[in-house]
Amino acid sequence: MNVAVCDYGAGNGRSVVAAFARLGASASVTDDPRAVAAADLAVLPGVGSAATAMARLRDRGLADALRARVAGGGATLGICLGLQLALESTAEDGGVDGLALLPGRAVRLREGRVPRIGWATVEPGAGAYWFAHSYAAETPAATAVSEGIVAEARAGSFVGVQFHPERSGAAGARYLATCLSRA
Amino acid sequence: MPLPRLIPCLDVAGGRVVKGVRFRGLRDAGDPVALGAAYSDAGADELVYLDVAATVEGRPALLALVGEVAERVSIPFTVGGGVRSAADAEAFLRAGADKVAVNSAALERPELIGELARLLGSQAVVVAIDAAGGEVHSHAGTRPTGRGAVAWAQEAAQRGAGEILLTSIDADGTRRGYDLELTRAVADAVPVPVIASGGAGGARHVAVALEVAQAALLASILHERPSRLASLRRELRALGVPLRDAA
Repeated sequence: MNVAVCDYGAGNGRSVVAAFARLGASASVTDDPRAVAAADLAVLPGVGSAATAMARLRDRGLADALRARVAGGGATLGICLGLQLALESTAEDGGVDGLALLPGRAVRLREGRVPRIGWATVEPGAGAYWFAHSYAAETPAATAVSEGIVAEARAGSFVGVQFHPERSGAAGARYLATCLSRA
Repeated sequence: MPLPRLIPCLDVAGGRVVKGVRFRGLRDAGDPVALGAAYSDAGADELVYLDVAATVEGRPALLALVGEVAERVSIPFTVGGGVRSAADAEAFLRAGADKVAVNSAALERPELIGELARLLGSQAVVVAIDAAGGEVHSHAGTRPTGRGAVAWAQEAAQRGAGEILLTSIDADGTRRGYDLELTRAVADAVPVPVIASGGAGGARHVAVALEVAQAALLASILHERPSRLASLRRELRALGVPLRDAA
């Protein structure tokens, strides 16, 4: 199983690669659109600011590669900022257009301490996953929630998660294994 | 709100875990990757690696350590010590760290906090504050700064800090419990999560700290023994603290 983790600068691609490697998959960080197109599973990881990340994805041809991949039914996973960038837009950085792989937009969290950092349960599902975010998706494509916040959303062959499966211990490893089995 | 977190702190220097009293009389206490993995297995919610030497010469060893931890450990971890620029911080995150902690560098140049937040996002920026008598001390707690801890925490959060790691120098090493008054004052003053640090002697101390702060840093109470973390988690659960099920 071949996993391409999109590299767009400040992301935590290395942690994602390591998580897939622990599952026995062959994963690598790449900014080559052809590698993103050819992989069994493409991952858009997410740490950093939305405007910088989106600009880098466009400059490197990764934005077009991801859209074409999802349009063709290729399994694709967005993590944290990778979920938010997959929406039509995000309110971060004064408003940024996203990849529009998912309907909806990302808005700043309004309740509790922000950033929302720590482990929280996800429903439906079992166990807690690690979150670290200041924005969250508002989307009709939500398939799981955590404390009222969208934790997972799906459209076609794209699935986005607000939590960090690569940093969520045994529960996160099980989530990534499921992604691999569906790819 | 997410679940309360227990965060073992590993002091490192030259690529090894070190232990000592207030950063003096350091001695070798093992392999930081193996110890971090063992804490993770024992139910740690996150880890903090603090480079107590934080020298420029030690940077390559620290970056290599971060990469090894990221490969081996599947829970989040923070690296502190030696971050003086956004480029430093980005290098640690690219190597696999989830957050960076800044202390003296942010006191010397508060604009650094905003630079880190813009590049990495606030969720990756921890501002560490060492306080004695309510006053912030820099340089591993050795130099009084004249700044109030609550005011500095507020300024740090306004500038983009995503968490405050608050260590009470007064309580640190006493094993008489966290400085709840100081922790509550800071937690009430900032909109971001607060990690309480310094003074834990037993489970009850940690339990009451977690009613005030969102996380508790665990250092000398663990004595580099993952088995102590496992027993502490059991004791905290018995006290009603809703820790995550790490299985």
